[in-house]
Amino acid sequence: MVSIYGDDAHDHDDGKPGFWARWFYSTNHKDIGTLYLIFGIISGLIGGYLSFMMRMELGEPGIQVFDSYHTYNVFVSMHGLIMIFFMVMPALIGGFGNWFVPIMIGAPDMAFPRMNNLSFWLLPVALICLMISFFVPGSAAGNGFGGGWVMYPPLSTSGSPGPAFDFIIIGLLAAGFSSIFGAINFITTILNMRAPGMTMHKMPLFAWGVLVTAFLLLLALPVLAAALFMLFTDRIDGGTGFFNPAMGGDPEMFQHLFWFFGHPEVYIMILPAFGIVSHVISTFSKKPIFGYLGMAYAMVAIGVVGFVVWAHHMYTVGMDVNLKAYFLAATLVIAVPTGVKIFSWLATMWGGSITMTLPMLWANAFIFLFVVGGVTGVVLANAGVDAALHDTYYVVAHFHYVLSMGAVFGIFTGFYYWFGKMFGVMYNKFWGAVHFWLFFVGVNMVFFPQHFLGMQGMPRRYVDYPVEFSLYNQISTYGAYVTLAGVAAFFVMLIWSLIIKRVPADDNYWGEGATTLEWTLPSPPPYHQFNTLPRISDDDGH
Amino acid sequence: MRFKRSLISGSIALFAVSGQAFAAKPTDGSIGFQEAATPVMEQLVHFHNVWLMTIITAITLFVMVLMAYILFRFNHKRNPVPSKTSHNTLIEVVWTIVPVLILLVMVVPSMKLLYFQDVIPESDMTIKVTGNTWNWEYAYPEYEDKVESFVSNVLEEADAKAAGKPYLLGTDAPLVVPVDTTVKVLVTSANNLHSFAMPAFGIKMDAVPGRINETWFKVTKEGTYFGQCSELCGERHAFMPIEIEVVSKTKFDQWVNNGGAFPTQLSEVKGGGVSAAPK
Ligand SMILES: [Cu+2]
Repeated sequence: MVSIYGDDAHDHDDGKPGFWARWFYSTNHKDIGTLYLIFGIISGLIGGYLSFMMRMELGEPGIQVFDSYHTYNVFVSMHGLIMIFFMVMPALIGGFGNWFVPIMIGAPDMAFPRMNNLSFWLLPVALICLMISFFVPGSAAGNGFGGGWVMYPPLSTSGSPGPAFDFIIIGLLAAGFSSIFGAINFITTILNMRAPGMTMHKMPLFAWGVLVTAFLLLLALPVLAAALFMLFTDRIDGGTGFFNPAMGGDPEMFQHLFWFFGHPEVYIMILPAFGIVSHVISTFSKKPIFGYLGMAYAMVAIGVVGFVVWAHHMYTVGMDVNLKAYFLAATLVIAVPTGVKIFSWLATMWGGSITMTLPMLWANAFIFLFVVGGVTGVVLANAGVDAALHDTYYVVAHFHYVLSMGAVFGIFTGFYYWFGKMFGVMYNKFWGAVHFWLFFVGVNMVFFPQHFLGMQGMPRRYVDYPVEFSLYNQISTYGAYVTLAGVAAFFVMLIWSLIIKRVPADDNYWGEGATTLEWTLPSPPPYHQFNTLPRISDDDGH
Repeated sequence: MRFKRSLISGSIALFAVSGQAFAAKPTDGSIGFQEAATPVMEQLVHFHNVWLMTIITAITLFVMVLMAYILFRFNHKRNPVPSKTSHNTLIEVVWTIVPVLILLVMVVPSMKLLYFQDVIPESDMTIKVTGNTWNWEYAYPEYEDKVESFVSNVLEEADAKAAGKPYLLGTDAPLVVPVDTTVKVLVTSANNLHSFAMPAFGIKMDAVPGRINETWFKVTKEGTYFGQCSELCGERHAFMPIEIEVVSKTKFDQWVNNGGAFPTQLSEVKGGGVSAAPK
């Protein structure tokens, strides 16, 4: 074996630097991936705590937890921002993307390892800024920013004069630059560093998902950054008035800018999960992906169309009716490539030899829950019906079905699928199953009844509600307890598998169905893999 | 305050009668929309319940049943040797074309509903709604010599109980409109964003500072209707409900000629309102 590291490659320590240098100066894609996953878990706990307190408040009418209504709004806003920017994105893109994109395409590491380090370390800085915002004045009503994750002015300008929102702007800019650097890194790596014979049309679907996501990030995040800068200068006394009607600006302009970023963001959070689910479905059906090219280009189509549908988030702002008609039609188009994905997964399983392992269970739950969240999305796309459902709990239910159950189930699918590969030990099946079932029952209990609340007209972001909305809120809050138990089971599984009873994982513990390159390496892979690049022959599957 | 206080006793009698009438508010445990009170909402409910629900239920059940069948039939015990099929052009074309056809069928009634809802017909009267932090202000431009604009505040729990109105929905001064009348609503805001929403009417229109948005309704049934602010507007977002009292045309004329007065109105401004009713 020839190694650029010479003798180091034969050392028993695999050329790993010491603890501090390894984890704090790290440029190794696998270590950075692990850091992202740990960071995602920590953020998930913070975001989860915020949502649990919200459900405690909403368990019955009246005020239970939040003496200050403003603090409730702060929790609502921060739950959204933290879960999206600091949990789902780091876990799916930073975590699994870093870990497996280089390995799957046969590359030794990411194209720009030092930038990779910067991408990661911007995130803790960003999260610290967001945490500081909790404790500094937001508005006259108290500490923290309570203007929602969408940050609409004037509530985010004249409505929140305190420094809390400035900290959020700084934090989100840092997180945004982190993502932009990460996107540049993924695009360069995937386009230039594929192993010999690994053509684009042979590339694993997870790499396709991350590639499309990276382009979406690169095009959408600068728009968010610009909008945040405009908010920032609008907030300065005697500053600009982009969104201030008294100075000739328009608050609706912000909403257009925000959702031009915000809608692609939805696909940013789901496309990598699509990729993971494809591999899991294929592995445990012992069949190649059905309609591989259709699957890859369906993701491209979703990414492209995702840029021209943003104002379906804004049907009630007072848009021209013809504009609404356009956004209605364009939005429905997205259902077609999404349908291709769903049917191709089912067709991959058809005729297969299916083993119902834990990752396969998560993947099938993902498909089902994503269909439920998808069809309510079709309902909401109809501008006429949206007049009744916009900004109600129906919308909350819809986007949690695609995120809290779609993206998050995708994360757990990948986590259990690659657990042995990443950590070198197998997950504990019992506690993993307890985690799955509690989580599955819990989130459905939390969010399914919310469709009915929305149809009856219950608006979002309400600290208190009329007694007429009691029943479903109560069920929803019980569901939060079940979900919390599921989260506890996840940590028991982690401790059990990583500390108490370590069962070493084989190189390819899933057997013949697992065909991508990570399964040709030991578990965990060596600190530097592919010192000799693998060659992909013509007849290799995807 | 030219007329309001002096005519309270008269208006108590007026509202005592209408207070018995139909009240549209959310129903605990219901799985559908609130009962429709306007032609727009009727069409909306019909489109949702008949078209959309049929389509999405069929799709969800289809996927669910197919998935259950696949997991059962192609389990490794029942099917130890997997097939190697990974392409079938015909079926791929079918599952692209069929969803397109379903969407084409759906988009026709959807567009009809949208244009019916959004294109404002010739109106009989106009009301102007202004969102404040945190209450609503209503004005009647055509009757401004008789009815001053007034502020509508949420009733505190005890006051709501005393007035026999649902807490967090009932207000001290409802918007009063005549039945079977096409009402054009102008919506704007004095500061933050708000959204003027009435579930039973099928309307929701954002209140945006610097803009005047338009919507309309024509209520077919007398009664009291309740809605809530539907765009996050700050601390007391959950505490600025919308109450609309729909009365007969005769009663409405009577109310206007009385100068528009409310037995339950507690004060001009409560709850930290920024923009008070003009004195
Ligand atoms: Cu409001």
